[in-house]
Amino acid sequence: MRNLWIFINRYNAFFYFIIFFTVGIVLTLKNNVFQRSVTLNSTNEVVGSAYERLNVLKRYLNLGQVNDSLAVENAKLKTELISLKNIDSNKTIVVKDTVNQQQYTLLSAKVIKNSITQRNNIITINRGSDDGIVKDMAVISPNNGVVGFILNVSPHLATIRSLLHKETLISVNLKKNNAFGSLVWGDGNFDFRKAYVKEIPNHFKVNVGDTIVTSGAGGFPKGIQVGKVSKTQISTGDSFMTLEINLFNDFSTLQYVYIIKNRLAEEQKTLETQTPNEQ
Amino acid sequence: MNSKTIFINIFRWFVLLFVQVFLLRNLSFYNLSTPFIYILFILVLPFGIPNLLLFIIAFGTGLTLDSFYDTLGVHTTACVALAFVRILFISVSVNRDAFDEPEPSLGNMGFKWFSIYAILCIFVHHFVVFFLEAFKLSEFSYTLGRCALSVIFTLFLVLLVEFIFHNRKSN
Repeated sequence: MRNLWIFINRYNAFFYFIIFFTVGIVLTLKNNVFQRSVTLNSTNEVVGSAYERLNVLKRYLNLGQVNDSLAVENAKLKTELISLKNIDSNKTIVVKDTVNQQQYTLLSAKVIKNSITQRNNIITINRGSDDGIVKDMAVISPNNGVVGFILNVSPHLATIRSLLHKETLISVNLKKNNAFGSLVWGDGNFDFRKAYVKEIPNHFKVNVGDTIVTSGAGGFPKGIQVGKVSKTQISTGDSFMTLEINLFNDFSTLQYVYIIKNRLAEEQKTLETQTPNEQ
Repeated sequence: MNSKTIFINIFRWFVLLFVQVFLLRNLSFYNLSTPFIYILFILVLPFGIPNLLLFIIAFGTGLTLDSFYDTLGVHTTACVALAFVRILFISVSVNRDAFDEPEPSLGNMGFKWFSIYAILCIFVHHFVVFFLEAFKLSEFSYTLGRCALSVIFTLFLVLLVEFIFHNRKSN
């Protein structure tokens, strides 16, 4: 102890220096914002890079485990892929409905054959009666827009009477005021991007750009967007007007369609045949 | 250490700090060369001063200057380092038993000894000051350049002051 005291006393200048110098440095760091920030940053940097290196090391140590889990995952995904390749997806999509029970279910189908250039265009799809498809079901396109109705059904295939058909008539209305009309194609128009809405009463005010949606009658759910009005007031000489609309869906690039199964279709049909037709 | 020495040193402290704060603070060559004449006070403190007292005086002087310069801690640290170098240099170069001179001034110790002593002390002080101010090693050469230019400036002023007063004292 005495020797230590002598040692300290002999080199007292050095110890004083250490003490005072430390106090000075502490004062500097405490009172100067820049110096403090630099110190903090560099400490953070040192600590951060140390952690980074540790992580790299850890990653190497865990490599075997990671490999195993990846192999397991790979096997699982491959099995899934094979099973997906062999069966095609028969997905049903739920449409929100105000009726407690679900009225509409959607069934996806792939377009096998399509035509747009003829007067009466027919689309063939890869779903048939085995998938529960019956005649006169409504068909819509994956984007906005209607496609048509089921025309004929075989066990695995079906044909669709497209909108681009002389006999197709879809009940639509104007989105803004619910004015009823019928969507038709043809009448000297052979452009697959255009269609006509007929039988809109003349007293409704229609502007260019108004949206046309399905009315809910005839198999389509209510409110499917069909197109936008491009020309108004095509005079027909009576109390109804005809609108020219631009269709939202493009028939020339149609790849997939959705068939709408209406749970209440049969019920509605029987009910409506009971009431005598007034026309 | 008599009262006259104490009085002279206190007087010197006030004059040097006054000059430093109110005159030299505004004097700088392109922000490269900044003189710190106030450390002359620590340089020429008497030989016989105890180490602890020397450190406390250096610390206090640095603290006072820092409060004027708004760099609390920088000059304090530098002055403490300066005091340490002063003690080391004197213990190496001066025979402790033959202290016949009261203080290490130019007139007492001769031009050669005093200039080496001053250069060393000033350099250490400036080195600490500039590197604490810059506080990063990325601009090492620039900071070192500023430090060297400032050392030259300060040394010039220190020698100038010493020459002026040493003549008067020896008379």
